[in-house]
Amino acid sequence: MILPGFGLAAQKNLARARVLIVGMGALGCPALQYLVGAGVGQIGIVDPDLVSESNLHRQLLYGPADIGKSKVAIAAGAMQLQNPTVLISTYPIAIERQNALDLMEGYDLVIDATDNFQAKYLLNDAAAILDIPLIYGAVTRYQGQVSVFHFPDQGNICYSYRDLFPVEPADAISGSCESLGVIGVLPGIIGCLQAAEAIKIITGIGKSLAGRLYTHDFLDTSNYEIAIQKNHQIQTMTREAFLLSENHAMIDLDDMDVDEVSVETFLELKNKGDVFILDVREREEYPPIDFSDAQIPMSELTQQIDSLPNKDICVICHQGIRSVYAAQQIQAKKSIKTYSLKGGITAYFNKTT
Amino acid sequence: MELLIFGSLTDIVGTNKQVIDTPVDTEMLKASLLKQYPSLGQVPYFVAINKTMVQGNHPLQEGDVVALMPAFSGG
Repeated sequence: MILPGFGLAAQKNLARARVLIVGMGALGCPALQYLVGAGVGQIGIVDPDLVSESNLHRQLLYGPADIGKSKVAIAAGAMQLQNPTVLISTYPIAIERQNALDLMEGYDLVIDATDNFQAKYLLNDAAAILDIPLIYGAVTRYQGQVSVFHFPDQGNICYSYRDLFPVEPADAISGSCESLGVIGVLPGIIGCLQAAEAIKIITGIGKSLAGRLYTHDFLDTSNYEIAIQKNHQIQTMTREAFLLSENHAMIDLDDMDVDEVSVETFLELKNKGDVFILDVREREEYPPIDFSDAQIPMSELTQQIDSLPNKDICVICHQGIRSVYAAQQIQAKKSIKTYSLKGGITAYFNKTT
Repeated sequence: MELLIFGSLTDIVGTNKQVIDTPVDTEMLKASLLKQYPSLGQVPYFVAINKTMVQGNHPLQEGDVVALMPAFSGG
């Protein structure tokens, strides 16, 4: 290979590198193909799914004959033919809190090619704990994003996905390509960019996307780059906290029915005084309020649920989204009646001022 | 100021670009958008001013280009 800045040393680094790709769908397929082509020595691929017909337009490693077969098995077979020197480990399992650290440990970097928030937050938190660079990718309809987390930018600062979105949103609000539809080439572009970031980090050439959120627009063929800012409230979880939060994740929170109340109903509850008002916003969030009985930021809630009183609790936050999740968690743990203020403090101030 | 709207937020706002009167700060901007588009309350997003993300509240000036960026989860 004759490419200035990309010599024998770079190729050796690639041959020695170990990369884990989580998700063998529309992002994972192209990422895997180009990393195998580049000569990455060891690649792990994680996906519990079987190939289905609706995958074929955007997951180009699979064909109609593969329907019903394991994605990781088909992908590994195809890649062995393409480059027999690459060692591919297949994990036909879902990434979960209990296995994430074990799966990721030993890899030099991880590619997030998953399609749901739960997996994205899990990978982010685990990568932070293990101090492994994470190459994030995601798409929504006609736009896709790439960034690099837990890898120093040019100012030697490492960013986390939680700097962008501190609290995991409910998956229902966004949806996957499978449910929303996508033109296959878009995740193809994003998956290729993820492979490109991996190759740059492994070989040390160029400037990675660390500290920058890169958004590609399919319709305009344009991109928009945002400089990420650190959220100083975000701290890396300990291994213990990471593993413990499983207890809450394992409860099917969707089954927990939370009473979402309007501002009017909230004011009635508040005036009667028989409900405990809990603000779950982070401490620096604006505006401050004087009518809550306690403020426990969402990021600390799971450890502090036991300290809450055994009476009806109304949870409030900025916009009424986190508070539903918080109310579900409290209800799951304490079996008490919970409410969430619909529209949050924003709705409250719109109504009362 | 110019407002750029990304991802699923474009479905709510109905456009990916708007020119609006400049609010005092980003909290005021978010509050007035929420009033106009109540569904915005269901989608967490962050604000970037002139391509730099904002943590917390930040004053706005005439001529700023403000991006509203929601979380993307597909793949």
